[in-house]
Amino acid sequence: MAKYLLLKHYRGAPAAVNDVPMDRWTPEEISAHIQYMNDFAVRLEKTGEFVDGQALAPEGAWVRYDGEGRPPVTDGPFAETKDLIAGWMIIDVDSYERAVELAGELSAAPGAGGKPIHEWLEVRPFLAAHPTTTE
Amino acid sequence: MDEALVRSLTPGVLTVLVRRGADFAAAEDAVQDALIEAFRVWPSEPPRDPRGWLVTVAWRKFLDRARADSARRRREDLVEEEPPPGPAPGVDDTLQLYFLCAHPSLTPSSAVALTLRAVGGLTTRQIARAYLVPEATMAQRISRAKRTVSGVRFDRPGDVATVLRVLYLVFNEGYSGDVDLAAEAIRLTRQLAAAIDHPEVAGLLALMLLHHARRASRTAPDGGLVPLAEQDRGRWDTRMIAEGVGILQAALARDRLGEFQAQAAVAALHADAPTAGETDWVQIVEWYDELTRLTDSPVVRLNRAVAMGEADGPRAGLAALAALDDSLPRYAAVAAYLHERDGDPETAARLYAEAARKALNLAERDYLTRQAARLNAGRRR
Repeated sequence: MAKYLLLKHYRGAPAAVNDVPMDRWTPEEISAHIQYMNDFAVRLEKTGEFVDGQALAPEGAWVRYDGEGRPPVTDGPFAETKDLIAGWMIIDVDSYERAVELAGELSAAPGAGGKPIHEWLEVRPFLAAHPTTTE
Repeated sequence: MDEALVRSLTPGVLTVLVRRGADFAAAEDAVQDALIEAFRVWPSEPPRDPRGWLVTVAWRKFLDRARADSARRRREDLVEEEPPPGPAPGVDDTLQLYFLCAHPSLTPSSAVALTLRAVGGLTTRQIARAYLVPEATMAQRISRAKRTVSGVRFDRPGDVATVLRVLYLVFNEGYSGDVDLAAEAIRLTRQLAAAIDHPEVAGLLALMLLHHARRASRTAPDGGLVPLAEQDRGRWDTRMIAEGVGILQAALARDRLGEFQAQAAVAALHADAPTAGETDWVQIVEWYDELTRLTDSPVVRLNRAVAMGEADGPRAGLAALAALDDSLPRYAAVAAYLHERDGDPETAARLYAEAARKALNLAERDYLTRQAARLNAGRRR
């Protein structure tokens, strides 16, 4: 088994095929989308492949250390930052091929007009902490 | 086996151990061990005297741990002693336990976790699952909390207000995992109300009951939020509402108004309206005026602006809103609602989309996005 991170972007991914902002969908299309996402997670729990899924707020801040005895510096959000993560799902699957297959299904979630969004999802393998076999 | 009944015995058992000389942290661990054993054994072998069983097993667990810890002489001495019978535990002990677990030296998250374990009798695993953190993290949070309060005298009265804040936090967490935290908060507040006669404890209990009574109608079949005005009032739990209203009226009659009683009064006015259109918004505005005097909270002022919009029309609501800081949580959502009622769907749609971006949780975000979508779709027709 290996873990993969499926990343969804607010910004920074190539444009989706069916690229319409959600507030331009009909309320029924939004319901269908949410249902699809929920069903997907439930199905992965049943197959024993779901680990975690979280959504992130679009707005955040950059923070860095500013030296001994000083409060951290906060700044941003910066408009020029290209990449903005919207959320993730972590899956634990048997193969890379299975991870790609599941990402493909997630990307088929219905959007405007009830048609699949075809959005680009990023699939990133986790670095395991220990080698799975010794020698 | 009635798990809530078993857990209701927790504070009494814990205080017996403390009165026999066990320190709080060790006693609490021993009671937790005894509860876990009870959940394992009782389904097949129910005891005749559940409380006596728990005291005996918890005391034995405590002694086992003390024995294992042979380096500590003081505990060794304790082992040799026969446990003194001790007087029957009074309500005061339970109250002291609430004060200790909500001690002001604890962070809110620690106080919540310790209260749920030591007073509520939930296991670390249940609490961890309810708050979606790893069990090891929750175990650390609880043991740190116990260290923090280790020097606190068990016999000093504390501040009821800190206890109420902790219980309110538990209630607001709602439910995830196998524990219904809202129901648990009601149970613990009920138990507190039995131990202390205080109008704000009654006020908080009434508030919880009045909110809980509407729970079934608050969520659509697809999981979406249903706002108060659109809820099916036939699904409200009228018995729970009647109980909440009764508790609130008795508290208000004592003429020691506080924040929770005033909030419960608003909830009672909503519960009392047969339809959304018959809501007594004028009285609700008056209660928000009281709340503003009591707390001066910007969130209360925001809620007051909504009530003004219903009582005196959307323009009055927008005027009240204009005096507030627009960075307040839910400001954009309130503004969107009032602009729609004022006949400006374009501004409302833009504000709903903005509110969705700033939403504090997924259910709210989905609801607000849907509102924006509804208005945009309406304008396309």
